[in-house]
Amino acid sequence: MVFESLSEKLQNALGKLKGKGKLTEKDVDIAMREVKLALLEADVNFKVVKKFINDVKERAVGSEVMESLTPGQQVIKIVNEELTKLMGESESKLEFSSNPPTVILMCGLQGAGKTTTAGKLALLLKKQNKRPLLVACDVYRPAAIKQLEVVGERVSVPVFTMGDKNDPVDIAKAGVEHGKKNGNDIVIIDTAGRLHIDENLMEELQNIKEAVNPREILLVVDSMTGQDAVTVAETFNEKLDITGVVLTKLDGDARGGAALSIRAVTEKPIKFAGMGEKMEQLEPFHPDRMASRILGMGDVLSLIEKA
Amino acid sequence: AKTRKGMTDKIDSMLKSYGKIDEELFDELEEILITSDVGVETTMEIIDNLKTNVKENKIKDPIDVKKYLKQEIKDTLNKVDVDRKLKIEPSPAIMLVVGVNGVGKTTTIGKMACNLRKDGKKVLIAAGDTFRAAAIEQLEEWANRANVDIVAHSEGSDPAAVIYDGIQAAKARKCDVLICDTAGRLHNKKNLMNELNKIFRVVEKEYPEATKEVLLVVDATTGQNAILQAKVFKEVCDITGIVLTKLDGTAKGGVVIALQSELNVPVKLVGVGEGIDDLQNFDPESFVEAII
Ligand SMILES: Nc1nc2c(ncn2[C@@H]2O[C@H](COP(=O)(O)OP(=O)(O)OP(=O)(O)O)[C@@H](O)[C@H]2O)c(=O)[nH]1
Ligand SMILES: Nc1nc2c(ncn2[C@@H]2O[C@H](COP(=O)(O)OP(=O)(O)OP(=O)(O)O)[C@@H](O)[C@H]2O)c(=O)[nH]1
Ligand SMILES: [Mg+2]
Ligand SMILES: [Mg+2]
Repeated sequence: MVFESLSEKLQNALGKLKGKGKLTEKDVDIAMREVKLALLEADVNFKVVKKFINDVKERAVGSEVMESLTPGQQVIKIVNEELTKLMGESESKLEFSSNPPTVILMCGLQGAGKTTTAGKLALLLKKQNKRPLLVACDVYRPAAIKQLEVVGERVSVPVFTMGDKNDPVDIAKAGVEHGKKNGNDIVIIDTAGRLHIDENLMEELQNIKEAVNPREILLVVDSMTGQDAVTVAETFNEKLDITGVVLTKLDGDARGGAALSIRAVTEKPIKFAGMGEKMEQLEPFHPDRMASRILGMGDVLSLIEKA
Repeated sequence: AKTRKGMTDKIDSMLKSYGKIDEELFDELEEILITSDVGVETTMEIIDNLKTNVKENKIKDPIDVKKYLKQEIKDTLNKVDVDRKLKIEPSPAIMLVVGVNGVGKTTTIGKMACNLRKDGKKVLIAAGDTFRAAAIEQLEEWANRANVDIVAHSEGSDPAAVIYDGIQAAKARKCDVLICDTAGRLHNKKNLMNELNKIFRVVEKEYPEATKEVLLVVDATTGQNAILQAKVFKEVCDITGIVLTKLDGTAKGGVVIALQSELNVPVKLVGVGEGIDDLQNFDPESFVEAII
């Protein structure tokens, strides 16, 4: 498997040097080449990788190799620490408005998992004794409204719709009003998938934002996304000033380098991880676990932690 | 189209800025390929071959390197010398559309159904996704738009049974093409892949006389995971073609270069939007143009 190869390669490249003394520039260069390739294979964006490698290099050269580790492990340790730092060190929670309802706006590319995540969030919040309302603002995709209605039914959360003949901005406004009247303290707005380069639809999101003043604007991103994740996240963030990210389909076997790329360019926290198609399968996002997933070296890392 | 032009201009001026062909120039070209999701391994192969060619042909002008790079990628794409036309002749034909979640299977089926009907084929669609919320209603709407018939059961029913009924209906109604939608599934889910295999076996058993096309739909924004996806799907249901969707975005879909040669299965169609007409034949020429 690709997964083992990075640690193996590092051990091979640096294993010969006995675990004593300081890391030399040459050790670090050899190791960094392997790390760079591993990150690229994991779909971390090229530019993000370049910067990351430079930062780590600076820190690694001249650092003491711990008694218990080989130089290879020492490099992995530093890489992992820096990666975890970059990912954000702790869990990041949803923010709530002091003046309810808390409006949560879901946005993202087509098929990323917005509608499903909207339902999952509603269920999660319901379990925390909130009274969420789902609002159907996707008037474009065939059966999008019906999909949200089915999702709402599955989690027993009401869904506000006005059909597909109304402007999504008006639907969002009416949805929030409806929520206020009906004692909903959370309003989750599902929107149509759109390309970040679609000027009209990006403007539509800006107008929705202006109209309903969301407390959270969550960008939903597929964890299988490749190099383009930075462009997408950067543009959505520029236009909407998102408050967080949901990374979906993490139940797959993608290494999920997109997480690192997005984090690096937007500096916005990843708040949730989608772990399946079922409504219960939404989890808080753990940045530290993501770092070892991207590196693909969970076993090596736990070994190092014990050292 | 705008973004594409911007990209080409950038590379041209980058190349012009080089006085001679050196390592740095190759590094920049490497960067372009990697940021198009071509993947490290394939990129290195392409660049290595490029270097050899540039040397052998005594190329001196950096501008000419581009021509050779394009040719190199085209050659890689054309190593798969399989027909890129959909396999639907002779009638009757059955198409199974598979892939991970949210890539564009159902939408692609709507587009294909419309094109085939316009070509004078009698088309039937089977709603094999009985799992996702409103997947059946979504496909019904597409059948409506494409003006073709649909066979559907209710949500939660056995997908293999839907495909079985679809086949019986296609036979009875003397359809030319039966297109089967399936639920999105991640390739690492054993039970869901077994379910897909069951559907595949129903097709083999119940419709042996039909021409078969099994299309794997891949989202152009996907990174290197697409290769793992394709390998597993190929094992489970013998993929015969790839559809690359969402090429109207800024992602280049470079992963299909490796994917094609790994599977020896050609990319046949590309999705370039959400509308019913936004489906095109895969053209290696314009695909390469979009990358460099
Ligand atoms: N395995 C898995 N599938 C998921 C997850 N989240 C969503 N999906 C699936 O991904 C597909 C797309 O999900 P949707 O919620 O419809 O995505 P969307 O962003 O609303 O799509 P559009 O509205 O068309 O832009 C569906 O098949 C979902 O079941 C997840 O965390 N894991
Ligand atoms: N921009 C763009 N969007 C597309 C394209 N093809 C499909 N989509 C959109 O992608 C989203 C998902 O498409 P679906 O056809 O529902 O995908 P699917 O693979 O059937 O999804 P599941 O059944 O949930 O696994 C929808 O919003 C489509 O409109 C394309 O070529 N370009
Ligand atoms: Mg949706
Ligand atoms: Mg579908």
